[in-house]
Amino acid sequence: MQTFPKKQLTIIFEKPILPRMRRLLDAEGVTGYTIFPALAGRGTQGAWDSEGTLGDTGKMVQMLCVLDGDACDRVLDHVFGLLGGQIGIVTVQDVQVIRPAHF
Amino acid sequence: MMDSFFALASANLLSPPVLFFVLGFAGAFAGSNLTLPEPVAKTLSIYLMLAIGFKGGAAAAAHGLGTDLVIALVSGAILSAFIPLVAYGMLGAMAKLPVVDRAAVAAHYGSISIVTFVAATAAMRTVGLEYEGFLVAVAAVMETPAILVALFIASRASGRRSEKGEVLSEVFLNSSIVVLTGAFIIGMITGEAGLKEIDGFITVPFKGVLCLFLLDMGAVAGRGVRSGWQGMSAGLVAFALIMPFVSALIALPFGLASGLSTGGIAVLMTLAASASYIAVPAAMRLALPEARPSIYLTLSLGFTFPMNLTIGIPVYTAIARFVAG
Repeated sequence: MQTFPKKQLTIIFEKPILPRMRRLLDAEGVTGYTIFPALAGRGTQGAWDSEGTLGDTGKMVQMLCVLDGDACDRVLDHVFGLLGGQIGIVTVQDVQVIRPAHF
Repeated sequence: MMDSFFALASANLLSPPVLFFVLGFAGAFAGSNLTLPEPVAKTLSIYLMLAIGFKGGAAAAAHGLGTDLVIALVSGAILSAFIPLVAYGMLGAMAKLPVVDRAAVAAHYGSISIVTFVAATAAMRTVGLEYEGFLVAVAAVMETPAILVALFIASRASGRRSEKGEVLSEVFLNSSIVVLTGAFIIGMITGEAGLKEIDGFITVPFKGVLCLFLLDMGAVAGRGVRSGWQGMSAGLVAFALIMPFVSALIALPFGLASGLSTGGIAVLMTLAASASYIAVPAAMRLALPEARPSIYLTLSLGFTFPMNLTIGIPVYTAIARFVAG
């Protein structure tokens, strides 16, 4: 089967930032993304666990989207600006898709 | 006054909601994995907001809205704006913290804890004191001015502007405030007749639901202290335990000037003494991301909230009784 190269952007960030992140992606014309809740983990500020927290503070989410290379660079610049002072992890991977028109 | 305090303290400490809170706190502090599923805790929280808001609205409708409500609302707003300045100054004297952390902590202590408010109203009923139903509206008003003052302090110190609009909408549209304020308005519209219709739902199960919710809150607070106490200095812990009494005493003349009943003054003092741990932390993650949640959450939820629930409320009530009779 023929596949097509794309970039997969994965961002783990604090849940209170979610509305801002979605506005950013919408403004950049990102046509598809998926957001997952994160359960627990450990980072430079120690371990965290979403269970037993109050409100959104202390909760993390993971956002995943697949983009063209150029669009990915553009979105990354804005994401970097948004997450400047926040807790978060941003990774970019090369991926193959089978329906390029979707991204 | 001391007799009154000991009588109030024992009635409060030996009440089922406080004992369930202590159970949750002690269990989690000891390492138990005791917790309610998040959707359950959220449902209980919304139930409590709905019940307290509706009953407050119905009581306000029966009492009628007058200048006392306006004075109480203005008092609440002034307290919420002024207390962060005091907290900021006290933190400077009691602990070595960066300005941004001090501003974030100050915002928490100027804003309020709705659960502490609910616990205070339950405690008033336990000791047979009436309070004004419209204090629900005062609680809602006291959520936000503190955040604006804290952002002003932080922006003056750092020279950086924060996006206040999104932060304020985060607080205004917080589910607790929406349900509390909305239920208050519905209670005012439907009045006593409306209260009779749903009395079996919002009055009879109230204390039982409060027990279950405080069991979970105790567990959250206990885990917070367990995981966060190592980052706490003696000065910070002292601040978390002393600041509520300072805030309560600041609120006392406002309660008297508003013409509130003894129970109303005690509830207003409790509101001023309480510190936010839901709405303001989320707002701080947006507005002051450099501020450390491990400090402001541990202080407000791990130390101030349990202290208010156990010792604070009876002390504020005893002072209100002593001063207002």
